Amino acid sequence: MAIELKDVENIAHLARLQLSPAEQQEAQNSINNILHMIDQMQAIDTAGVEPLAHAYEASQRLREDVVTEHDQRDVLLALAPNADRGLFLVPKVLE
Amino acid sequence: MEWETVIGLEVHVQLATASKLFSGTSTRFGAEPNTQANVFDLALPGTLPVLNGKAVEMAVKFGLAVGAQINRKSVFDRKNYFYPDLPKGYQTSQLDHPTVGKGTLTITMEDGSTRTIGITRAHMEEDAGKSLHEEFPTDTGIDLNRAGTPLLEIVSEPELRNAKEAVAYLKKLHSLIVYLGISDGDMSQGSMRCDANVSVRPKGESKFGTRAEIKNINSFRFVEKAINIEVARQIDILEDGGKIVQETRLYDAVKNETRSMRSKEVANDYRYFPEPDLLPVVIDEAFIARIKATLPELPDIKSQRFQSQYGLSPYDANVLAADLHVAAYFEEVAAGCGDAKLSANWVMGDLQAYLNKAEIDISKSPIASTALANLVSRIVDNTISSKIAKAVFEAMLNGEGSADEIIAAKGLKQVTDTGAIEKVVDAVIAANPKQVEQYRAGGEKVFAFFVGQVMKESRGKANPVQVNEILLDKLTAK
Repeated sequence: MAIELKDVENIAHLARLQLSPAEQQEAQNSINNILHMIDQMQAIDTAGVEPLAHAYEASQRLREDVVTEHDQRDVLLALAPNADRGLFLVPKVLE
Repeated sequence: MEWETVIGLEVHVQLATASKLFSGTSTRFGAEPNTQANVFDLALPGTLPVLNGKAVEMAVKFGLAVGAQINRKSVFDRKNYFYPDLPKGYQTSQLDHPTVGKGTLTITMEDGSTRTIGITRAHMEEDAGKSLHEEFPTDTGIDLNRAGTPLLEIVSEPELRNAKEAVAYLKKLHSLIVYLGISDGDMSQGSMRCDANVSVRPKGESKFGTRAEIKNINSFRFVEKAINIEVARQIDILEDGGKIVQETRLYDAVKNETRSMRSKEVANDYRYFPEPDLLPVVIDEAFIARIKATLPELPDIKSQRFQSQYGLSPYDANVLAADLHVAAYFEEVAAGCGDAKLSANWVMGDLQAYLNKAEIDISKSPIASTALANLVSRIVDNTISSKIAKAVFEAMLNGEGSADEIIAAKGLKQVTDTGAIEKVVDAVIAANPKQVEQYRAGGEKVFAFFVGQVMKESRGKANPVQVNEILLDKLTAK
């Protein structure tokens, strides 16, 4: 399996990445190398092997439902490029 | 052509945890913007999610209540998209391995008929923040208090066939989540939100038509209207020879129309993949057994019990059992006065009518269950008639005191003294010789006139049963 340049453009758009033609070419090559490796892996017989959801052979620890965080709004808003009246401000998003 | 409607619902229920799904930040509603948004919720680098055990318990509890398969292993995935109120750039959700699998929900229609609707799945996911587009001229304000709030998304099979069934399904779901205590179910605060997948097909056709997804319909009333208007739109298009476009549409309650959301023209590509920051969630038998032990008596079982224990009709039992708080109130009144049927009538009748009109929840009723039990007791023991009881009820709503106090203060005690009633009856008969003639000539309808006169004379206080007996006696005896 291999991907076309237009697939690279689409993926880049979905990831909001702006790639130059040279970078697109490079990305296409890298991705195709990975896909080639995956093709090789696909050839292995995995019948009877349970799909792996995570590399660790462990299960998720659960947290108790208690509030441990306190209000740090002023500190956190100060980190943002723009904020007003307790809100983070971003360029107008229109539906 | 005759058309058949196909509806599937996706319902987002906000789980009533104290803290968020993956962080220890409070989920309390109504806080000042961004005061409940911390480093993890803002997706600052280096932060990691830690799953809230209570949310898992609530999801399992729901699964058990709808007889669903509880998946022993469930996996979180990242659903990737960019929007300013989603700081991480992805929503943590469950795609292929949700915690709750297939289950069923039985709905009851107005005519008493029932249908069992399949539930495809229910999965845990986190909510996004809120974008405020109106407050600033050139910017959008972002409030991340809601970001990370735990949701349970409950997906139905496309088995609902009209808007009324969709409403019945939602009401049943609402009743259930409140019973289970997994959500406050407050639709006005967004604790339960609904998206509807709607399509139509020629009757008898087995293939589904192209569907439209109607987003965010947030009241039972709007669900019915939105679906009906969307069905009409699709049938119009098809009958004109057109085609339905698969798209997301928004319901406008003011104009009562659905319209296309242009931003979703490009098919969504969320590029789901397993969340590397979270391990698979393993649920063992002991966990399930522990949750099972906490399941309350559910609405259907309660309704059955109301019918067998109190002799209520299926309709009355269903209405009372549908709401956890109404059911509890009714049982308190019934226990207090000893007459369940009369209690049911009062709770479903006068009390509910008042609460609906005043838009008060029964848990905040100005007349406590013990106070209503006191009033109903006075009907049961013949102290007052049902008619007088309505006046006492009004006085209780006006804050004039308890039923007993009002009866005493206003002298409303029913007259059961035969002699006293006979006196009134004699006077009425003497004053209306013409009607007496009519009655004796076979005009039985005049009897009601006499009852009315006697009740009027006694200012409603004469015991109606005795009035009937004495009147009949005196009118027929010459």
